[in-house]
Amino acid sequence: MNFPMTLRIALKALGRNKMRSSLTMLGIIIGVGAVIAMIAIGSGAKARIQEQIASMGSNLLIVLSGSATSGGIRYGSGSVPTLTVEDSKAIASELSAVKYAAPVLQGVAQIVFGNQNWATITFASTPEVLLIRDWPVVKGRSIIQSDVEGAAKVCLLGQTVADNLFGDIDPVGQVVRVKQFPFTVVGVLSTKGQTTWGQDQDDVVYVPLTTGQRLLFGQQFPGMVRSIAVQATGPDTMNLAEDQITGLLRQRHRIRANQDNDFSVRNLTEAMSAAEESAKVMSILLGAIASISLLVGGIGIMNIMLVSVTERTREIGIRMAVGARGRDILWQFLVEALVLSLIGGIIGIILGVGASQLISQMFKWPTLISINALLLSFSFAGGVGIFFGFYPARKAAQMDPIEALRYE
Amino acid sequence: MSELIRVEHLAKTYFLGEVQVPALKGVDLTIQAGELLAIMGASGSGKSTFMNIIGCLDRSTQGSYFLEGKDVSGLTRDELARIRNQKIGFVFQSFNLLGRTSALENVELPLFYDHTSSRERHQRAMEALTIVGLQGREHHLPSQLSGGQQQRVAIARALVNKPSLILADEPTGNLDTRTSLEIMDIFQKLNQASGITIILVTHEPDIALYVSRQVVFRDGKVIKDDHFQPRKAAEDLSQAPAPVEEGGA
Repeated sequence: MNFPMTLRIALKALGRNKMRSSLTMLGIIIGVGAVIAMIAIGSGAKARIQEQIASMGSNLLIVLSGSATSGGIRYGSGSVPTLTVEDSKAIASELSAVKYAAPVLQGVAQIVFGNQNWATITFASTPEVLLIRDWPVVKGRSIIQSDVEGAAKVCLLGQTVADNLFGDIDPVGQVVRVKQFPFTVVGVLSTKGQTTWGQDQDDVVYVPLTTGQRLLFGQQFPGMVRSIAVQATGPDTMNLAEDQITGLLRQRHRIRANQDNDFSVRNLTEAMSAAEESAKVMSILLGAIASISLLVGGIGIMNIMLVSVTERTREIGIRMAVGARGRDILWQFLVEALVLSLIGGIIGIILGVGASQLISQMFKWPTLISINALLLSFSFAGGVGIFFGFYPARKAAQMDPIEALRYE
Repeated sequence: MSELIRVEHLAKTYFLGEVQVPALKGVDLTIQAGELLAIMGASGSGKSTFMNIIGCLDRSTQGSYFLEGKDVSGLTRDELARIRNQKIGFVFQSFNLLGRTSALENVELPLFYDHTSSRERHQRAMEALTIVGLQGREHHLPSQLSGGQQQRVAIARALVNKPSLILADEPTGNLDTRTSLEIMDIFQKLNQASGITIILVTHEPDIALYVSRQVVFRDGKVIKDDHFQPRKAAEDLSQAPAPVEEGGA
């Protein structure tokens, strides 16, 4: 018996018991739908975290200056300016695992344009900082080396700042006041969005390092910077870069072997990777729970196929009498189980995709549906059909034709 | 006439737990191609067991069975299925048609397992339905047909693969006298027109009048094997009472 014919017979047999067939399918529909929705939720979360990691800049290390201790009170990291511009230059030029390094000064400053004003974090740094953070300019130009050398009164605005101060006006070329000094806006940065913890990365202003040192953040400690942003040469060299920086700075700061570091190196990507890992675990967990319902659906198929085989004992007997071999009967019932599970799988996919759209609409939760997830759950449904259909089909195939014909 | 069936010392014993039940105790029988014969006997005489073995639905425990000169006693399940498909047509007392399946598709059924193309399948099934006088009813479901018509569909199904042997197990057991005569008429005509061998199993002496050979079983052995001149079903049919309205009563 060839396949199209077997398929036709299977469809006909299933059509005879529409209610029963659709209820059996429902198990698979729910199973596949749940698997797809859960995978969509899990990978949506993962994708969002990956996006955030990418928005921070890739292979990013932050070197923070040390903490101060005064009369038993310990201040946090960065409270003592132990890092210098020279440290940053040494890191950039001497270390093999480091691609770029940029010294950073920062503080909150009030920015005024016309009758608008806005308080934001102002960073003073070298042009490399935007390379490190993977942050292109969408309008105007970036800060360039000559700005730093000449301590030019220019600034780059983050998208949030530009929106709040200028609205619809093109900010490039306009003059804003930062701490009462006039700065020309030379460019606007592209949108980066929020960090994992909800901080708006676009609420920021960049000025040249030297300008920041002289005008905005004072010269309390000449040549001192609050932190150094570092980009390692690749994801694999992150740890090496961290070790090299530590070694270099301990040497430069003349720290003896038994003394603590007067700086700290933060690996932000690592923290995010942990978050990504937990999203992955969540995704697997959700998928596994959903798979259980698919499994239950499979047991439903087996149950119904067993009933069907018993009910149709006489039909099996007739088919055997006119020359059906065991394998013809096996195929017939296996194809029936397969058709049940695959049709269920297709409906389940539609339902799962719909459900994940609904979830992302209603709960503002990002969902991501990949072709792989669809193919996987579809073939999983088929596998369930074959696995749970095999036993009833084999039972049918091994019937004795005489007894099957006599069955009432 | 050539030899179609030869069985030698055929024996079948059923094992029901510890108890051994002998159903056939050494049967020797030869059936020529083109015979129309009846196997008779009370229930428990072994005639059904004999039928099942002849029909390749069952295997003997002892002895040998030659069908068209070939020993089929040692064949596998699949090989027996092949022989049933190619060489044997079955007609049962309870018709055994597939419900909710048209007469045409019921007749086509053996060809499904024979890799016949759909066009040829349709054509041969229509021919077989014409032979049994059911042209025009090919799309009826069994539930829309009378008992006699259902049995004719079953005969068409038995014919469709052009078998060398038709085995009919109490084919008239569920039918009234007139319809039984009609069925016997079909068998007689098939036997004469195409020389097909037909073996009937029956316990009705009336029916056995229309065959040319009666083999009587008792206690698992052949006790009588007579040849004689059969009655013509067609003649008796013309004198029988008028047919009951189709689908009525």
